Amino acid sequence: MPLLKVKGLKAYYRQTEALHGIDFELDEGSITTILGANGAGKTTTLRAISRMVRTEGSIKFQGEEITGLASEKIARLGIAHVPEGRGTFVRQSVEENLELGAYTRKSKSDVADDVERVYAYFPRLKERLKQQAGTLSGGEQQMLAIGRALMLRPKLMLLDEPSFGLAPLITQEIYEIMARIRKDEGASMLLVEQNANIALNLADHAYLLETGNVVMSGEASILRDDETVRRTYLGY
Amino acid sequence: MDLFLQLTLAGLAIGSIYACVALAVVMIYQATDHFNFAQGEMAMFSTFVAWALFQATGSIWLAFVLAVAASFIAGIIIERVIVKPVESAPVFNQIIVFIGLLMIFNNLAGWFWEHTTKTLPSLFPEDMGFESTLISSHNLGVIVFTLALLLVVFLFFKFTKVGLAMKAAAANPDSARLVGVSVGWMLALGWGLASAIGAVGGVLVAPIVFLEPNMMSGVLLYGFAGALFGGVNSPGGAVAGGLIVGVLENWARQYVPGGSELGLTFALVLIVGVLMFKPAGLFGRVVVKRV
Repeated sequence: MPLLKVKGLKAYYRQTEALHGIDFELDEGSITTILGANGAGKTTTLRAISRMVRTEGSIKFQGEEITGLASEKIARLGIAHVPEGRGTFVRQSVEENLELGAYTRKSKSDVADDVERVYAYFPRLKERLKQQAGTLSGGEQQMLAIGRALMLRPKLMLLDEPSFGLAPLITQEIYEIMARIRKDEGASMLLVEQNANIALNLADHAYLLETGNVVMSGEASILRDDETVRRTYLGY
Repeated sequence: MDLFLQLTLAGLAIGSIYACVALAVVMIYQATDHFNFAQGEMAMFSTFVAWALFQATGSIWLAFVLAVAASFIAGIIIERVIVKPVESAPVFNQIIVFIGLLMIFNNLAGWFWEHTTKTLPSLFPEDMGFESTLISSHNLGVIVFTLALLLVVFLFFKFTKVGLAMKAAAANPDSARLVGVSVGWMLALGWGLASAIGAVGGVLVAPIVFLEPNMMSGVLLYGFAGALFGGVNSPGGAVAGGLIVGVLENWARQYVPGGSELGLTFALVLIVGVLMFKPAGLFGRVVVKRV
């Protein structure tokens, strides 16, 4: 049984249909990436899963229908969404941001362990734990956003363009850490990216999205070598 | 010198009541980006409830505690039933709703309890264990009690999980939802707390200004002045602003020629002055944001 199974998913911004009935699935422990140009519906797909937009169709998580649940309920099921723009709580400290990530968790000692775990992945955050999160650099805020998601002990992470607006070196650093998180924790991730190259290197599966429809899907390694994909998304 | 001290202490007492109102206003402002113009009338209504309970039970403290608890619950209900439906409506609609609430509470109080002034006894005993010509027992009680209350509120927001979640829900509702916070309930809780804090202010001010349906209109204006003066995005600043406005007002009444007639004018001048010269207020933080 796939961890996440999406069927005929449509999403709407007011009256405008932004997704026209897409199907995809994701196995436990795997990384699936959704690629596409600006406006293809990548962010909308993630927002639809977290019910930040109005949707139709079926979304099954661990075999259970989650369509229609409120966003906070979906988070409590163990789906951690790292949103577009990173969603930093800018007035709160780094520490408090992580604490908020663990909002749904009961055991204080587990949470304290997890804070240390996040600092182990992102030592730069530990250096800045008392700092107001709005003053962090873009890369640090992205690290904080991923750290905040880890604090939920997620069964599935939804990552919206971790590379957005970052220098290539920082992007590389963050993707290396994501690879480590995947290896250490067996985390399942649904990753949305414009940077197809780096996403296909990390992911097992990929879906190509064009104006609200899935136009191609398959193993990441196969898509990487596909002629059309290479010319359209990888640019060489 | 004695007069100066007396004025300052009395100013701190009335100022701590302004601080309660300012804090209530700022709490709602941070969550909704609007001033709740009905904050004062809600507090006035709570005070009438306290008065009615006092008539029924004979104990001012029991009446006070029950009225504050009822105000907390009523604040939650008002948010859920009246404010939530207009949450995503245009600004203008929301302001109309707040003004509508103001008039509803004002008229309801007049209808239930008539427009004659009533007296509500002080929460604090006449005999404070020592003699003082500088401050009345009620004023001393007001200062100590509100400072303790504000400290509790501060600790709640600083150190509890719910307090942190409330701040997060107000500042960044989308992100708060994504970590599992029920944003709607946090906002409702904020209304409850603001309403309860306002009720405390009302019960404390009633022995000074007499209880009647328009009791809080002046106090609310001073509260707004305090909130703006301290900074509308800074709860601590709003409290400090309330205290400062109380003291300045008392000094102005005494030392400015004709000042005794000009109390409210003074509050308005302060509001306009702050908006013109320092819109963020004295302690308002400018939020640093990098993208």
